Amino acid sequence: MGFWQPRRAGILALAAVIAVLPAVLPNAFYYDVVILVGINAIVCVGLNLLIGYGGQISLGHAGFFGLGAYFSAVLTGTYDWPPLAALATGAVSVGVLSFIVARPILKLKGHYLAMGTLGMGIIISIALNQEVDITGGPDGMPVPAFAIAGWEPSSEQTWYWIVAALLMISVWLALNLIDSPVGRALRSVHGSEVAASVAGVDVTRYKILIFVVSAVMASFAGSLYAHYTGFITPDEASFFHSIEFVTMVVLGGMASTFGSLVGAAILTILPQLLTVLHDFEMLAFGAILMGTMIFMRKGLVPSLVDLAKRARP
Amino acid sequence: MIGRMLVRLGRAVLPALMLCGATTATLQAAEPVKIGSFLAVTGGASFLGDPEKKTLEMYVDAINADGGINGQPVELILYDSGTSAKQALTFVKRLIEQDEVDVIVGGTTSGETMAVIREVEKAGVPFISLAGAGVIIDPVKKWVFKTPHTDRLAVQKIFDDMKARGLTQVALLSGSGGFDKSCRKNAQELAPEMGMTIVADESHGKGDTDMTPQLTKIKNTDGVQAFLYCGFGAPTSIVAKNVSQIGLTVPHYQTQGSASMKFIQGADGAAEGARLPVAALLVVDQLPDDHPQKQVATAYRDAYEKKYGESVSAFGGHAYDGLYIVAQAMERAGGTDKETVRTEIENTKNFIGADGVFNMSATDHLGLDTRSFVMVEVKDGNWKLLQ
Amino acid sequence: MAGKPLFLQWLLISVLAEFLQFLFSGVTIGATYALVGLGFAIIYNASHVINFAQGEFVMISGMSTVSLLAVGMPLPVALLLAVGITVVVGVALEKFAVEPARNASVVTLIIITIGASIFLRGAAEVIWGRDFHSVPAFSGSEPIIIGGAALLPQSLWVIGATVVVIIALRWFFGRTRTGKAMLATSYNPLVARLMGINTRFILSLSFGLAAMLGALAGILIAPISLTYPSVGVMLGLKGFCAAILGGLGNPMGAILGGLIVGVSEAMTAGYISSAYKDAVAFVIILVVLVMIPNGLFGVKGTERV
Repeated sequence: MGFWQPRRAGILALAAVIAVLPAVLPNAFYYDVVILVGINAIVCVGLNLLIGYGGQISLGHAGFFGLGAYFSAVLTGTYDWPPLAALATGAVSVGVLSFIVARPILKLKGHYLAMGTLGMGIIISIALNQEVDITGGPDGMPVPAFAIAGWEPSSEQTWYWIVAALLMISVWLALNLIDSPVGRALRSVHGSEVAASVAGVDVTRYKILIFVVSAVMASFAGSLYAHYTGFITPDEASFFHSIEFVTMVVLGGMASTFGSLVGAAILTILPQLLTVLHDFEMLAFGAILMGTMIFMRKGLVPSLVDLAKRARP
Repeated sequence: MIGRMLVRLGRAVLPALMLCGATTATLQAAEPVKIGSFLAVTGGASFLGDPEKKTLEMYVDAINADGGINGQPVELILYDSGTSAKQALTFVKRLIEQDEVDVIVGGTTSGETMAVIREVEKAGVPFISLAGAGVIIDPVKKWVFKTPHTDRLAVQKIFDDMKARGLTQVALLSGSGGFDKSCRKNAQELAPEMGMTIVADESHGKGDTDMTPQLTKIKNTDGVQAFLYCGFGAPTSIVAKNVSQIGLTVPHYQTQGSASMKFIQGADGAAEGARLPVAALLVVDQLPDDHPQKQVATAYRDAYEKKYGESVSAFGGHAYDGLYIVAQAMERAGGTDKETVRTEIENTKNFIGADGVFNMSATDHLGLDTRSFVMVEVKDGNWKLLQ
Repeated sequence: MAGKPLFLQWLLISVLAEFLQFLFSGVTIGATYALVGLGFAIIYNASHVINFAQGEFVMISGMSTVSLLAVGMPLPVALLLAVGITVVVGVALEKFAVEPARNASVVTLIIITIGASIFLRGAAEVIWGRDFHSVPAFSGSEPIIIGGAALLPQSLWVIGATVVVIIALRWFFGRTRTGKAMLATSYNPLVARLMGINTRFILSLSFGLAAMLGALAGILIAPISLTYPSVGVMLGLKGFCAAILGGLGNPMGAILGGLIVGVSEAMTAGYISSAYKDAVAFVIILVVLVMIPNGLFGVKGTERV
């Protein structure tokens, strides 16, 4: 009983980490990495709902992330919208788009679903690359600073608290969703879709819901990222970025919200650690990815939890 | 419980680990001059970033062998951005905040460079970009300089050459990368100004292996007098091959993105007759003896080819110029004070580099004239300087 | 009066020539996608794994050929050895990365093969550098003109080899014991094992076979596409499209899928818009999948409850 039930304790632990972290972060570069971890984690928490709990794979979530980023960039940059309105418009538009594509795409299963979402993501990424007049093409475009009623977060420290707060909210929302009737229905979908539908669960409706929620979270994180870095390129929407998100979720541990956080942290930090290897960077990255998944196939957090459980009588 | 502890532990330990990983600086007698760099050593633009990296490494060693800058040894801190603007930005923050570099020489592609400008300007670190786009230095930004000729100038050179041959109707093919798109945009903008017409405008995707459909379309377009390909890397050779295969016989032009022997070798004879603008460096043997760059360019080419056993490309030359402009500015400044070094970079006069002769000023952070950019034609598997 | 039919005739010929040119281009590249897609199908059949390192097989054989030629080997020997090297890599991949994680979930296995593809690309950059290299065409590069369109001798090699592969595979799966054992394993691994089929061997064999097909695609396309460490990335992705379009696990479907993707790409680039060429291939796949969720020739799967 003791471990999984008090999810509130997990949130408190996360809050504690967030509160303590500024004390050990020596400079703005570390803040930057941690902020990126936070933004990626928001995407992963959403994506984990879809992959971990809904049992649906998506190789196109960077497309939603990229759309969110470009909505913010274009609306605030070219049309002088207030950032918050642009962010909301992006999130709503992505929500509508994901709702429209969800029904036909989620009808697909397994690898066909992977291909369907992959194709959707690639089409978004091609459009962002090709529509040079709107997006600036592959060289990317600058994004105006984020501002609410004249207040601008400019330093990394301020951004840290913003991202931390939003991450907390995302995690809280995700945990609640998992514990709600929707979450139980979803878990039954993951177990066996046929059994769930026989038991009267409206499988498609829940799958669509979770798909839209995760897409909106990705779009939201994209908008945030755009304003934080001040410059975006179509790479944000690329297939490889999608793969990166999925890898974060799987590496950390599917169906584990905190696993997603760990996955996001590791994959964001790892490239910074591997720079010491110079030419062997890519090789080592691939090897670490393979090794972790081979020896901890459930992902880091669940595998370690299992290990700890076994160690204790 | 344990899960949570692990999360907490991970959060706490990883930054510490990073700290260990990052302190690779070797202890040296004198306080070293720190030159930071981020290059697209892997990924889409590795074709450019690789020779840039090799050049920087080789000449930092050379400078150290000569006693360093102002008697201080030079330490090069170089990160691979993987041709990603996102990574570039994080690495620039790392260079500035963590490594506390005195100056940054890097930024292989225009996208990477544009992504970091805000950060560099905010922190106030002199930055010499190795990317082509004109927008990097126009409008002038206080801390940002660059060494390669602008893409615009390259297209101008090409159009000038076409006009001299009486060709005004151009068919364009471009790849989907940043360099390709920038070249295409410049061509579209310059064409009306220079009295040229773009009669066909095709593109190809990343990793495409066959461009004959696009070229066939161009071949069947009425009134095409010249063909221009905007791109770099393997597609330059594939396009040259495809052009000859389908019998597209109009004069064939490529850009400085093809300025590598690999282009000629990869095309397997099909590059013959293609014309492109290149840095004088590539045809140094054909330059007249009184050409200002003759000596510098010969020395660089010989050193590079001797050390790495591969032919020199113009891209490494950008890095050479960036490094030595910085080194000389620091010597003039007598130290590494950022403000003074920046001013001294701006004061660069008559610096003879691989890309040409630089004369920078407060209003010109490139400072290259057009003399060093020459048109060549591929002839007998080599570059032939056009007079 | 007399000019009009002549003009029409000229128009017809030039339109035909244009169409043929697009077709040649599409079929050549489509055949490469087909070979890569076949690899996906074979591995999927034997193990239900999607091997995202399939494109890297294409790259390894191309780069090996360059190295072997550089040390002075004659072209045919170099090609054979290159295929051999790739097969060894493929079997090693199965033994050391896939086999130990055999019962892991689908997504986990996908991440493992993605890790493998990054690893192999990283290794290639260390071994061969990042430059691109050319490989000489097998029988010259003088194009053959058919109906006003140019066809490369190398394209004939690509198409011919694909046809040979199709025939050989049909024979292998239909006539040999090993081939039949592979098919049996794909239908039901447990029953196959009970029947005395060494399913572990079948798994290794499937990776070896897939690597061989990828390698074949690699050496055939290298004279056309040149070769460099990341050459396999897009080819792998398109091969995956081909396999999915044809219906996963159906080898002949993968071949048709490859040809459809290749030809539609070339036709789009030629007749519609080259900017959205890649997008159109994916649009076709999305439309097909939405209408036929198991691909064109996929088996309607019975789901485990």
